[in-house]
Amino acid sequence: MDAMYRENILDHGMNPRNKGVVSPATLDFEMRNPLCGDRLRLTLRVNDEHVITALGWDGEGCAVSQAAASMLGERILGMTVDEVKHLTKEDVFDMLGIPLTANRVKCALLGLKVLHVGLYGLEFWQSEDEE
Amino acid sequence: MSQSAEKTYDVNKIKSDFPILAQTHQTGKPLTYLDSAASSQMPLSVIESLNDYHRRYHANVHRGIHQLSELATEGYELARKKVRDFIHAKSKREIIFTKGTTEGLNLVVQSWGRSNLKSGDVILLSQMEHHANIVPYQMLAQETGFIIRYIPITPTGEIDMDAYRRLLSENSVKLVGATHCSNVLGTINPIAEMTRLAHDAGAVMVVDGAQSTPHMAVDVQVLDVDFFAFSGHKMCAPTGVGVLYGKQALLEKMPPFLGGGSMISEVTFDGFTTGELPAKFEAGTPNIAQAIGLGYAIDYLSEIGIDTIHEHIQGITEYALERLSELPNIAIYGHGELRGGVVSFTLGDIHAHDLSQALDFEGIAVRSGHHCAQPLHRLLGISASTRASFYLYTTKADVDRLVEALYKISTFFANQNKG
Repeated sequence: MDAMYRENILDHGMNPRNKGVVSPATLDFEMRNPLCGDRLRLTLRVNDEHVITALGWDGEGCAVSQAAASMLGERILGMTVDEVKHLTKEDVFDMLGIPLTANRVKCALLGLKVLHVGLYGLEFWQSEDEE
Repeated sequence: MSQSAEKTYDVNKIKSDFPILAQTHQTGKPLTYLDSAASSQMPLSVIESLNDYHRRYHANVHRGIHQLSELATEGYELARKKVRDFIHAKSKREIIFTKGTTEGLNLVVQSWGRSNLKSGDVILLSQMEHHANIVPYQMLAQETGFIIRYIPITPTGEIDMDAYRRLLSENSVKLVGATHCSNVLGTINPIAEMTRLAHDAGAVMVVDGAQSTPHMAVDVQVLDVDFFAFSGHKMCAPTGVGVLYGKQALLEKMPPFLGGGSMISEVTFDGFTTGELPAKFEAGTPNIAQAIGLGYAIDYLSEIGIDTIHEHIQGITEYALERLSELPNIAIYGHGELRGGVVSFTLGDIHAHDLSQALDFEGIAVRSGHHCAQPLHRLLGISASTRASFYLYTTKADVDRLVEALYKISTFFANQNKG
């Protein structure tokens, strides 16, 4: 039990950072984990240089999904959208640093999925891709 | 459970019939399987029956005039007779093999529903239904425009019968769909009475029997239900086989569901005529081994006695409710008077996934999530719950291990949370 539920996982999982909703937001996007019905909403603001200046996570989820989103949020604050684009699932696994079973991988990656799928919908995501 | 009943019911001997339960969990702890409502385990006799079919008489049914096909057909049709007797149907023509409860319910909706439910018609479903008894109706309603109304449940998690009567009298109801036993709340619903009321109102009664058939004596003629669907894998049989019971008079009038081999009488380039029941609803090669396995599962359950099994599960559930209630921060969902072997709960603010993960570290298998009953969970005001479910092989020691583990996990999370 201690291997997965390490202190930092429980810390972030039960007291997630940047909890809430930012307004006005450049991005307001929500997804569900169909396996458990968990809901995760991300609101996020970027400035003219496409740097992420504020973000909020909202919704409910298990300690693993909440911790992953919380850590990911801390990581991307101050990053540009282009930098965020290159974050991979391995980056999330590294941040968590715990062994995950196949079913729990979905929990861990929900935050990154919301982030990437949400950003993909923004106009400048596509244009930056072509540069 | 009385002392004498406990003496005659040798749960450890029964448990030893299930090879999978003798395993050690990867943690080195004994495997405590409390997820039978999702899928029960198979006794050796059922496993051997699959093996026997595959090694000795694997062939298609109702097709070849050769020894293997004859044996396969004989085995498959014998299984149908066993099902008929087990649920007390009038005829084996009323027993349709499906791949599970979900397929059975979809068959009713797509065949009976499509030809009988028109725009503006009303059907009633209970608020405690599994997605399999909601979504097929929603899919057809999107096309044809009939209206779905929901029968409310009481705070104890039982059907609100007064509200049900009111809904029946205020609407012209064509169909009532309800589960025999809730997979979340455990409530056993008064299906015979609900059916009588539905019939008085001129509606047909469709029952999801997935959670009741494994441990309750089902008599479809006494219940007088029009359709009754259940799955093999929750009653000691393999996955991939289920049964739809339907009253012959209704089945005769219904159009086929899937088209293909077996379900026809004659096919020309211009069209087809349907075959006799039950073949009419069994297009394509069925899951033969699995159906045979279901027959052996019925033999196994019948030998012990379905009422005896029911009594054991009642005893275990009562014991589990008593022991789980000791936990200071537990919330148990469903307090019906009559209940099957499932207990759903939340523990403090620990998410159901974390709880089942932590239980797995203790060698204990439970279900977590919304158990395919999202509308019900929303009604209960929770996004997910943890469910322990019990079957004929569940021991009091299994329940004790669950309770001990919950104490341990509760303390662990509370301490960590304090930092």
